[in-house]
Amino acid sequence: MDGRRIRILVAKPGLDGHDRGAKIIARALRDGGFEVIYTGLHQTPEMIAEAAVQEDVDAVGLSVLSGAHMTLFPEVIRLLKERGDGDVVVFGGGIIPEDDARQLATLGVKAIFTPGATTDEIIKWVRENVHPRD
Amino acid sequence: MSGKREWLERTYAGTPERPARFSTVSDLEVEPLYTPEDIAGSYDEKLGYPGEYPYTRGVYGSMYRGRLWTMREFAGFGLPGDTNARLRFLLEHGQTGLSVAFDMPALMGYDADHERAQGEVGREGVSVSSIHDMLALFDRIPLGEVTTSMTINCTASIALAMYLVVAERQGVPWERVAGTIQNDMLKEFIAQREWISPPEPSLRIVTDMIEFCARRVPRWHPVSISGYHIREAGATAVQELAFTIADGICYVEEALRRGLAVDDFAPRLSFFWDLQNDFLEEIAKLRAARRMWARLMKERFGAKNPRSMMLRTHAQTAGVSLTAQQPLNNVVRVAIQALAGVLGGTQSMHANSMDETYALPTEEAVTVALRTQQIIAEETGVANIVDPLGGSYAIEALTDRMERDALRYIDHIDELGGMIAAIERGYPQREIAESAFHYQRQLEQGVKTVVGVNKYQMAEGARIERLIIDPTIETTQRERLREVKRERNGAAVSEALRRVGEACRSTENLMEPICEAVRREATLGELSDVFRTEFGVYTDPGWL
Repeated sequence: MDGRRIRILVAKPGLDGHDRGAKIIARALRDGGFEVIYTGLHQTPEMIAEAAVQEDVDAVGLSVLSGAHMTLFPEVIRLLKERGDGDVVVFGGGIIPEDDARQLATLGVKAIFTPGATTDEIIKWVRENVHPRD
Repeated sequence: MSGKREWLERTYAGTPERPARFSTVSDLEVEPLYTPEDIAGSYDEKLGYPGEYPYTRGVYGSMYRGRLWTMREFAGFGLPGDTNARLRFLLEHGQTGLSVAFDMPALMGYDADHERAQGEVGREGVSVSSIHDMLALFDRIPLGEVTTSMTINCTASIALAMYLVVAERQGVPWERVAGTIQNDMLKEFIAQREWISPPEPSLRIVTDMIEFCARRVPRWHPVSISGYHIREAGATAVQELAFTIADGICYVEEALRRGLAVDDFAPRLSFFWDLQNDFLEEIAKLRAARRMWARLMKERFGAKNPRSMMLRTHAQTAGVSLTAQQPLNNVVRVAIQALAGVLGGTQSMHANSMDETYALPTEEAVTVALRTQQIIAEETGVANIVDPLGGSYAIEALTDRMERDALRYIDHIDELGGMIAAIERGYPQREIAESAFHYQRQLEQGVKTVVGVNKYQMAEGARIERLIIDPTIETTQRERLREVKRERNGAAVSEALRRVGEACRSTENLMEPICEAVRREATLGELSDVFRTEFGVYTDPGWL
């Protein structure tokens, strides 16, 4: 890794309480050597973008299992750009159908991990695709 | 030396074992064989007869020979009219009870027109904001003749009030209204994580509902003490058992503090368990739960009425065990889990649909789930004999083991000062997260197998039909709500909400004022705002 450790915000937007996956990923990323900040549940896109800026993170991992991903992912990306942090890598996971994942990719979501993805796979992806921002 | 030990040395040691870890899905190590040596205590004391204390073998004497379990497929999506059609479809196909799923805004106390409801209206359940939605939801469903289960918690008081007002409009007296509302706030803080206010005031609302139902709606179960979500969040079977029973203890203690007599409310407490893949462990869990509850109610709380000691339960197959990969395999998982529920002696059951890792179930998928229950009930013969696995050395040894391990957790929670104190310091939350992480590691290391996911994978994912929620319903629902707000008497609404606020500040039972506010067309979001103002807002501490 070049210089400082990669900082990742693991965020849980939306109203649902399915945080099992988000917590496992947060913990695995931490064990994998990244600095991890976990937002807790029930975050609005504004709260997430704000936390990303405040914490100066290199990536935001969003976990959505409520079916509201097509609203929440693009909104987080829009707000990050609006705050001049469009280079923060946004990735995510949850119950996200393939067609939606393809559409989210065109909107700037760098990767979507669906049920069955392993923590090792996600750590490897982060190592290869997220770099410390200047 | 014991006979079993001799056999282990004489015969078992000479036969090779597969290189596997012989433990349950909860990673409870099991022995190769159980014999009478593994079962201590007397039959009468530990098992007894079905319908008799300590109810290990079932809460009713004739069990499924008297009446089959209630087949209750959980349903809710889109607009109230969409769900109404699904509920009536299920009743037409032999379902015997209703079970309603609400959408996330309703579950979290927001109306469909709230900013935070964006993208979530009607997605995970049915959208309900005002009494008009509840009327549409139960249109042409006679509330005096069906029993309804409503899965809703921090806004349960409002949902129950709406249901009772629908009953009024149908001319059904409250005394005849029967069903269950989940209303288990403790497990919300522990696992499901839908809340408005902090634990203390949340518990006060639950207790108000227990008290109110005991007086006014005697056939209603005001709380369904739920292990389901605790398990789904990653708990082991023992943790599910322990934390759920500990939640039950907390509700009983709170109602007693309120001055209620134990036998006046305990007969209406009900439970809800998860049914995971580990067949024997799940059967043992249900049997252990009944024995633990019976003993607690009798010995710790001095209950006299046998009905106070009976743990009546709903059960649902484990959503978390379903796989997106090779989804047809889920039909098999559900059948085995549902069979465990029946052999464990459940009173009602929801069998999951094969497509639920993708979305809410299609009509075809939910029909297969309902048929699964009907096949177990009417083809397999397991419903003909009461507690047919009772006396199995393995089942009885596992039942004892789970009871013993769960009691250790309960003792620890008592030492911490009870469940509220334990929740406030994050104890059950952390225990569950730890178990979830452990299981995930076991999967990734191949110690535990999930067919189609970490073993026997196939390159091409099977494509199955998926229920699509029409995105325009959000606009439709917002417009309908706007119309309700325009047409109603605004002054009457404000006055009714003010009365609810006043009740929050006093010790008055909240249910009557909430019912009155619902009659005057106050919305779920407006009533939740009263809770926010009066009781404060709880936010996730974000423990990992």
